[in-house]
Amino acid sequence: MRNIFVNKITDAVASLARETNYYLGEDVCKRISQCREAEDWPPAKDILAKIEENIKTAGEDGIPLCQDSGLACVFLEIGQDVHLIGGSIEDAVNEGVRKGYAEGYLRNSVVSDPLRRSNTNDNTPAAITYDIVPGERVKVIFAPKGFGAENMSRIAMLAPFEGEQGVKDFVATTVFEAGGNPCPPVVVGVGIGGTFDKVTLLAKKALLQPLDLPNMDPYYAEMEEELLKRINGAGTGPQGFGGKTTALAVKILTAPTHIAGLPVAVNLNCHVARHGEIVL
Amino acid sequence: MTVKITGPFTKEKLAFLRTGDDVLLSGEIYTARDAAHKRMTEMLKRGEALPFDIKNAIIYYVGPTPAKPGRPMGSAGPTTSYRMDPYAPMLMEEGQTGMIGKGPRSEEVIEAIKKNKAVYFAAIGGAGALMSKKIIRSETVAFDDLGTEALRRLTVRDMPVKVAVDSFGNDIYKTGRKKYLEEQK
Repeated sequence: MRNIFVNKITDAVASLARETNYYLGEDVCKRISQCREAEDWPPAKDILAKIEENIKTAGEDGIPLCQDSGLACVFLEIGQDVHLIGGSIEDAVNEGVRKGYAEGYLRNSVVSDPLRRSNTNDNTPAAITYDIVPGERVKVIFAPKGFGAENMSRIAMLAPFEGEQGVKDFVATTVFEAGGNPCPPVVVGVGIGGTFDKVTLLAKKALLQPLDLPNMDPYYAEMEEELLKRINGAGTGPQGFGGKTTALAVKILTAPTHIAGLPVAVNLNCHVARHGEIVL
Repeated sequence: MTVKITGPFTKEKLAFLRTGDDVLLSGEIYTARDAAHKRMTEMLKRGEALPFDIKNAIIYYVGPTPAKPGRPMGSAGPTTSYRMDPYAPMLMEEGQTGMIGKGPRSEEVIEAIKKNKAVYFAAIGGAGALMSKKIIRSETVAFDDLGTEALRRLTVRDMPVKVAVDSFGNDIYKTGRKKYLEEQK
């Protein structure tokens, strides 16, 4: 049994909130750069160059990458041999968000009630996902989620007979219909299987996967490649102005499901595909 | 083609722009997004005057991050425009000539753009740091209680935008993709 003070989690969340909103992962930067080189449509190439300039400006001048510094999505992988002490874990995470967003000059984008809509003025509460895992460590993953792309996400409860083709059509159609709204080029997070609630979480977690590593399962690795080709062949392009770079990557996560069902969810992320992690 | 335009943004000045043109805007523009649009249209419905002169005004759909000390503005990229679609035609009727946002607009908005000889500009979604550098001054005009969604007056210099819908209603979200695909054949 290992004791971990929850204030360590507050510090980790605060530091990740600041870092992820100013610096993009190496894998995302590399992919954008590869896409710019491969893009032969001049307006599309120009936009990708400006997106790269934005990444550079954010880091050098200390300006957040995007004004939508997101709803704080926090994933906690808690070792089963850990004892969290010193207060409530939920309060500790929210304190980290409060601190990180204030110190990082980040936007408060959360309203306390979905219909009565008054701003909480500190970007809390976070959307927290807890997973209990073996071991005596805690992994804190932080992903600020912008809503331009979140709003274009979709779920479908397909029937098993719709199979692989049904899944692929749903994913490609979702991205196509989103058009220029989710700030393409996007990262496409796909969940397949599980239940109505689980499949959306899979899609969100798919967005946390590194862009430069293919799926561990060759069957799904091939599907990711095929979907990326199909999405980029539709011509939506960066910002929806035409071109072949509509998506930077397609990432699939799956789970066992019921004999009667084939749930599929698509969670979109913009090119500012922010996430980071700290292991305690 | 890149065109430089300086305010005030009269219909006559914007009439030369064509869909797909890259434009560098300089002068005074205003910011408003969801909540400020709701308030402004409610004011107009009650017969009240708007808190700024909307004639020849460009409204930038943006909710910036807080400015750091010594800086006029934080990160300030465009937000998705369709959420302003229910309000935009009414504001164009009041004399607004331009909008800056991202993503496609409704047919109603495009009709209102044609009728009022306005222009819809698109900025690069997600390029908030880049846009921030083009804003040299910012002051809150109204709705301070809305925080990031307050109505602000910005002074901008060479702010890079693209004509997404010109005053004739040509829409880049329909033509851009088509043109690219035809070129590939």
